[in-house]
Amino acid sequence: MIPGDPALTIAGVDAAESDIQAIRAKLGTDKPMLNQYLEWIWDVFRFDFGTSLTSGRPVSDLIMERFPLTLTLAVLGILLSIVIAIPLGVISAVRRWSFWDYLGMLFSQAGMAIPSFWLGILLLMLLSIKYRVFPLFGSGSINHLILPSISLGIARAAVLLRLTRASMVEELSKEYVITARAKGLTERMVNYKHALRNALLPVITIAGIQLGYMLGGAIIIEQVFSLPGLGRLFLFAVYQRDFPLIQGGVVFVAFVFSFINFAVDILYSVLNPKIRIS
Amino acid sequence: MTVSNNNLLEIKNLDISFIQARGAAHALRGIDLTISSGEILALVGESGSGKTVTSMSIMGLVPTPPARVNAGSLLFKGEELIGRPHAEMRKIRGNEIAMVFQEPAKYLNPSLKIGEQITEMLILHLGMSKRQAVEKSLEFLDVVGLGKSRRVLNAYPHELSGGMKQRAMIAMAICCNPSLLLADEPTTALDVTLQLQILKLIRSLKATFSMGILFISHNLGIVREIADRVSVIYAGKIVESASNKALFENTLHPYTSALLQSIPDAKKRGHRLRAIPGSVPDAENIPQGCSFHPRCALASDRCSQEIPMTKDYGNGHSAACHMVQ
Amino acid sequence: MNRFVEIVNLEKTYYGHGFFKRSKNAVKAVDRVSFGIEKKSVYGLVGESGCGKTSLVRSVLYLDPPTDGEVWVDNTLLGGLKATELRSFRRRMQIVFQDPNSALNPKMNIQDSLEEGLFNRGLDNSRRKELVTRMLDLVGISPSHSTRYPHEFSGGQKQRIVIARALCMEPDFLVLDEPVSNLDVSIQAQIINLLQDLKSELGLTYLFISHDLNLVAYLSDQIAVMYKGRLVETGSTDEIMGHPMHPYTLKLFSSIPGMQTTPAADDFTAPEAAASGGDKKPLEGANVCSYCDPCPMAGQECRGQEPQLETIDGSHKVACLKLANHN
Ligand SMILES: Nc1ncnc2c1ncn2[C@@H]1O[C@H](COP(=O)(O)OP(=O)(O)OP(=O)(O)O)[C@@H](O)[C@H]1O
Ligand SMILES: Nc1ncnc2c1ncn2[C@@H]1O[C@H](COP(=O)(O)OP(=O)(O)OP(=O)(O)O)[C@@H](O)[C@H]1O
Ligand code: SF4
Ligand SMILES: [Mg+2]
Ligand SMILES: [Mg+2]
Repeated sequence: MIPGDPALTIAGVDAAESDIQAIRAKLGTDKPMLNQYLEWIWDVFRFDFGTSLTSGRPVSDLIMERFPLTLTLAVLGILLSIVIAIPLGVISAVRRWSFWDYLGMLFSQAGMAIPSFWLGILLLMLLSIKYRVFPLFGSGSINHLILPSISLGIARAAVLLRLTRASMVEELSKEYVITARAKGLTERMVNYKHALRNALLPVITIAGIQLGYMLGGAIIIEQVFSLPGLGRLFLFAVYQRDFPLIQGGVVFVAFVFSFINFAVDILYSVLNPKIRIS
Repeated sequence: MTVSNNNLLEIKNLDISFIQARGAAHALRGIDLTISSGEILALVGESGSGKTVTSMSIMGLVPTPPARVNAGSLLFKGEELIGRPHAEMRKIRGNEIAMVFQEPAKYLNPSLKIGEQITEMLILHLGMSKRQAVEKSLEFLDVVGLGKSRRVLNAYPHELSGGMKQRAMIAMAICCNPSLLLADEPTTALDVTLQLQILKLIRSLKATFSMGILFISHNLGIVREIADRVSVIYAGKIVESASNKALFENTLHPYTSALLQSIPDAKKRGHRLRAIPGSVPDAENIPQGCSFHPRCALASDRCSQEIPMTKDYGNGHSAACHMVQ
Repeated sequence: MNRFVEIVNLEKTYYGHGFFKRSKNAVKAVDRVSFGIEKKSVYGLVGESGCGKTSLVRSVLYLDPPTDGEVWVDNTLLGGLKATELRSFRRRMQIVFQDPNSALNPKMNIQDSLEEGLFNRGLDNSRRKELVTRMLDLVGISPSHSTRYPHEFSGGQKQRIVIARALCMEPDFLVLDEPVSNLDVSIQAQIINLLQDLKSELGLTYLFISHDLNLVAYLSDQIAVMYKGRLVETGSTDEIMGHPMHPYTLKLFSSIPGMQTTPAADDFTAPEAAASGGDKKPLEGANVCSYCDPCPMAGQECRGQEPQLETIDGSHKVACLKLANHN
């Protein structure tokens, strides 16, 4: 539990004790812990996270206002990382120890080592301040989201690339690949028709989970690029001890995360004939 | 020596090693094999003796490096396969020489339907349209005893039982009507009751399509059942070759007879089995002289120093042993 | 007088993961199996892959307790033992599995692997070392190799080591689940000879499992033939080998290369039915002979009634309605 009394925050330190009590009663923080909890659970079921303490508006409204931006950012980020990682990973695996493989290795090492906020700042300084290709602040157009999604996507791409390469290398060492060659298929068909299909299965699962993580990663990037997304909303809520907003935010993110995982599981079973049957 | 032009496949003195960090593995040490059309040649040997390397080298699928062909030739229909360009080998593979593997569950692509795996070959090698290819695949499913079943065609491998998978794999191998079929332990992973069915199927293929078949196995019982001629391989060398009858009834090489004696059956109950002491040498460490001498009951001094030459004992029965008269 | 091992109506059902109805995907891997093993004899169990052989022995040893039925070993009812009692009793019953590679921890040298089980027996250090040395010696592995790791041994040697590990517990009942199926022909014979020597030297009782009828016949005193979780024929080796009766046993016989004795059992089955031979048997529809689909002799009655093992003569029993009617 976060220490501190929200009633105190609202009323101010030198408020009268009776005022504080009144605020506590209004907030419900004077009731026993268990009661507070059960009431809250009941509200969550109705998608009612209560009212934000600082702005006085319903928490669900606040979240839904900000969510589209964060989601767009995360989806752009994951798309970008898939677009980079899968082709490069596959080429690295097919032509092991070639130029592409070394390039991929360099990329994944760098991508994993560089923190995304740092990359964000670097991109801002270079492309927004020095060359002014992209806008520095604000939101509203796709242009505002390009740099943030690059900074978010690069690190994820690094992870996905390694995974794609490993998965593809593993598939290429499987026995059915020998069969495919023994059938006289061209290397192209062996690689892209036979092996790739199986190699992508784990990659898709991980990419889905990454999408969930990216919602979390967005918090920092939104800060760097001053985007009015969920991240900034929650950060603000924590500073202000806006408990309903914090709780609502946590539950909402958890819900989205599980939903994504669920969707990935469904997708996986559609793609994998072995699971499809049961 | 006669130049035999009716041989479908003629392997002469094939010698292959694998170059690795811890030393070379001498997988094949000069083997000779011939297969003619409409004949089943069995290649018998224990694990690591070089059976798979033999069949993969016929397909041109032994990766070089790590492998290196030290010597030898592979004549298919009178033409050399070794050193053929990749593009040409690809046209032969699956089309003229096809292969069936040991474990159908592993050697079929788990995420492609059986139909797709068969038709892609017909489309590639015979230039059929998709529809023709599907029709043709159904015909071949029928040939291998699965019936003209669209259910099988639309099934993923894991939806079929082991025996059905192996039949599907055989259908895949024979659909382009190859003249040579390499079957690498096609029944080993199958249940006893299914083994026999697959053997029958292979025998009927020989008769209907007059294919030459290289049947690889480590089971002498099965080999006796199916082969016209048998070659026994030990540590990358053919130690005895003969017609089926001659090999089993007039065994020459001590290794072959030791193998035969070590098979348990009800008649030997109460007696100890004649086990072969020691174990199969690995290809990195092949004994001097006759490679079998550390395990051989007949071995003499000569055996540990001098490699026995392959000698012909008449009627195509040959063996490589100092002690065979 | 009870036999050394007595198995009564043993059943093992695996429950599937049906969401609401647990029994929906249930598989009865072992179905009312009863047999007994005399002390110091070899009992052979044959059947195709997936017929329930491994499930049966796992249940017999309570590695995976049966869903129903009783197991008596040396007049002790295993199901009646408390967990701690069972653990100490289990010392007397050891099992050797098919794949020696997965049976040994690759990161432990074989001395440690073999000693591991002995800690629970409260033996002191020198006694443990001595026992391990003696058992390795017994299976023909030089004790000077005991500090080596599993990958330094060949398949046959590994299987010897696994056998030595079982022997370290000084069992009197040894279960061998396809102990040679993964080994080379020339090595198989070595292990089989070893098993025979150990049996006479140490007075062991074996339950020997294989899908190779030849091998089982060579080694066993009694044989049981299993099909889809049921025993279809039991008897002494001479009875079964000399006078096999059940159509499934006949089919097994005809599958031995070079032994097509019975044309009848050969090509009768439609490929699909035959190809799915070892498939699971669903719980429902228990009132038919489990072999009625592929069976060349099946008649109407086989689909309306389930045959039980009935004595033909001596210890020879067959579960087949067609055969029972002749007596
Ligand atoms: N890629 C490789 N690299 C190194 N050595 C290899 C390679 N492939 C095969 N060998 C060696 O070549 C020898 C022959 O192997 P091969 O696979 O032909 O045996 P096999 O007779 O098919 O045995 P099995 O019955 O186990 O399939 C073995 O000693 C093996 O270690
Ligand atoms: N843990 C389990 N959960 C569900 N089903 C199982 C489980 N173990 C085995 N089965 C099923 O029980 C049946 C019997 O399996 P079992 O392993 O006992 O056969 P087996 O005779 O030992 O076969 P094999 O010769 O292949 O080892 C099979 O249909 C199998 O799919
Ligand atoms: S050459 Fe000598 S060692 Fe080799 S098989 Fe013949 S007798 Fe045995
Ligand atoms: Mg092989
Ligand atoms: Mg088993």
